[in-house]
Amino acid sequence: MNLDLNTEQTLLKNSAKSFLKEECPSSLIREVRESDQAFPQKLWKDMADMGWMGLGIDEKYEGIGGSASDVAVLMEAMGEVSLPAPFFTTVVVSGTTIQQSSNEEIKTKLLPLIVAGQLISSFALIEPNNEYGLTHIRTTATADGSNWIFSGTKLFVEYAKGAHYFLTVASVEGSGLIIAMIDATTDGIELKSMPTLDYSKQCEVVFNAVKVPAENILAVGEDAELILKHLEDICAVAKCSEMMGAIQSVLDVSVEYAKDRTQFGQPIGGFQAIQHHCANMAVDVDSARYLTGLAAWKLSQGMPATKEASMAKAFVSKAAVRISKLGHQIHGAISFCDEHDMHLYLRRSQSASMAFGSSEYHLEKVARQIGL
Amino acid sequence: MDFKFSEKEQAFHDELTDFLTTELPQGWADHPVHWPHDYAQSPYRDAKDVEVNESFVKKIAAKGWLTISWPKEYGGQGFSNMEQAIYDERMSYHRAPAGSSGSIGAGIVGPMLLRIGTKEQQAEFIPKIARGEISFWLGYSEPNAGSDLGAVRTTAVEEGDELILNGQKCWSSGAHKADYSWMIVRTDPDARKHQGCSFVIVDNKTPGLEMQPVINILGDHSFNEVFMTDARIPKNNLVGEKNKGFYHLMQALDFERITLVGIGGFKRMFEEIIDYVKTNKRNGKLLSEIPSVRHSLAEIATKIEIGYLLFWRTAEMLDRGEDPNVESSSLKVATTELARDMAEVAMEILGPYGQLTELSEWSPIRALVSRGFLESISATIGAGTSEIQRNIIAQRGLGLPRV
Repeated sequence: MNLDLNTEQTLLKNSAKSFLKEECPSSLIREVRESDQAFPQKLWKDMADMGWMGLGIDEKYEGIGGSASDVAVLMEAMGEVSLPAPFFTTVVVSGTTIQQSSNEEIKTKLLPLIVAGQLISSFALIEPNNEYGLTHIRTTATADGSNWIFSGTKLFVEYAKGAHYFLTVASVEGSGLIIAMIDATTDGIELKSMPTLDYSKQCEVVFNAVKVPAENILAVGEDAELILKHLEDICAVAKCSEMMGAIQSVLDVSVEYAKDRTQFGQPIGGFQAIQHHCANMAVDVDSARYLTGLAAWKLSQGMPATKEASMAKAFVSKAAVRISKLGHQIHGAISFCDEHDMHLYLRRSQSASMAFGSSEYHLEKVARQIGL
Repeated sequence: MDFKFSEKEQAFHDELTDFLTTELPQGWADHPVHWPHDYAQSPYRDAKDVEVNESFVKKIAAKGWLTISWPKEYGGQGFSNMEQAIYDERMSYHRAPAGSSGSIGAGIVGPMLLRIGTKEQQAEFIPKIARGEISFWLGYSEPNAGSDLGAVRTTAVEEGDELILNGQKCWSSGAHKADYSWMIVRTDPDARKHQGCSFVIVDNKTPGLEMQPVINILGDHSFNEVFMTDARIPKNNLVGEKNKGFYHLMQALDFERITLVGIGGFKRMFEEIIDYVKTNKRNGKLLSEIPSVRHSLAEIATKIEIGYLLFWRTAEMLDRGEDPNVESSSLKVATTELARDMAEVAMEILGPYGQLTELSEWSPIRALVSRGFLESISATIGAGTSEIQRNIIAQRGLGLPRV
């Protein structure tokens, strides 16, 4: 047992941290927030040049390989700076899903483009009046010769405006679920912005009888369900890693602030009330780190990880919001100002806590896993 | 990160599981009545259980498992801290009588003597601790020195080859059943408060040492008040550096926070609660089908997993030669608050039945929950309150200024 990162992971962590600290300051988040650009193109290109887009993707498809634990390291570094770019939907969600498909043609076609940073993909799953999950998918896919016709409405599709493809989940009459990579330029696709509190560029995506060639289908029926169930665990863990980065930042800046800020003639960090807030944050951060680490490790080992992934998502989702709010409390009024960065973490934590299954959703999964 | 036991650790884990399943009487785990991570030291309820306890402790002593992580030359097995942790986990999961392992002698005094004791002290006490022949109580708290342990007033004054003790200790758990005290006393009354303390070993039979029982909230005799009036002990019983007792105490407390967790007990108790909700109905519906029950138990399962992870981490750090000083405080906060949370959740699920004591035939799960509800009050107070642990995490861990 060794609960530290290994040497390669430590190197990756350090280089990612120093790169992102330099290239993704909070001013960039504000710049993207106020502009029409979906995400900062230059940053995306630089990240691709560093080889990040190949993480978790087989060398066979020009990726650099790597485990779920390695991806977790990178996601954490991205969470530390609230990265406003579609790494998660493109590389983690789409990369993983495409890779697990048995459609060799599309793997060879799309994965190298992802690795090169030339393909942006977003994930179209949630539907109106649905929350996250694989049940009650009402978007339909109907076979039509060598094509499939997709119809339905998807919500909370991140970075849809910059995307080249939509990784889309739909229902097929009598065969369960289908997963397709839908080209964003196909006729019949409509996008509407869904502004959210974390400034993420989410969209409503409407598919009006969109024609999808059979070669763009990743999986149907049982295959699709297996892939998606595994994807749920991967997404839960990756989101936890991202939140881990955010709460580690919140803890670090709050402790620094508590040491500097003087009131009543002493640093506020000398007051027990503040110390206990910080201690609570530290215990939460550690708990989140090891729980997430365990789930990522199990995924990396190819072991069943649903219980651990859901435990992590249930816990970290609550902890992230709790910690971000304590960060605000320690900073006082300044943290209520737009110019201060604390609210970026609060926003991101709250959004991430609801993404890919809320705490309640994952507690129910844990309940099933422990035999209830 | 790698969460796997080594081959040797896994083999030891499996050996323990086999041993405990074979050697403990069938259904033994249904006998002990204590809640995880309590300091109430609940006694066995009948004479037969006391017998099982004694004969089982002899068996584990014969295996050399009472002090497995001690060096071989001191009667240990030279096992790693991780193997010690595995042992603690398996024993507590099976609710096995632990004897002196996982106790003050083997878990705190022994390791401290190995670090700071003289050769003579080691020769005198270590073999007996290793064989489970002697036991200790912790002489820390005093009426005016609780969380503020630096304020101890019990004095030890040198006279010839002796130290003369005067003062009072309180909340002395198990002192009436132990042989010796591992006691912190004031050896320099003029020094600043943290700088004038030392550790001594005090024989319970020392003339001038008297005890009075204190009954705890469960109705059991676990606490004592101990009075020392001109109690003379050999000067050689001073352990470690004179007037550096407070610094030694910090280390002793780390051992205590790790030793006394009994992490497997959480899992065992949780499994009993899970079994109960799967087989019992309220208003015609299985408890396990009620969403709030499912979710609150899933939350407890998650916290137990966190407790395990923080527990393994302290062992892993010790094996790397690092002091898990702050980490043992995180572990203590997390697991003791879990002890209370689990009791609270179980109480909520059982509803009015949760309040029943073992004297009622309607009491569910052997009335463990009503006991646990009370017992777990001790968890977040004993061995340094949660507030003291948070001070440690904030000051030593995060570098915030001392108040």
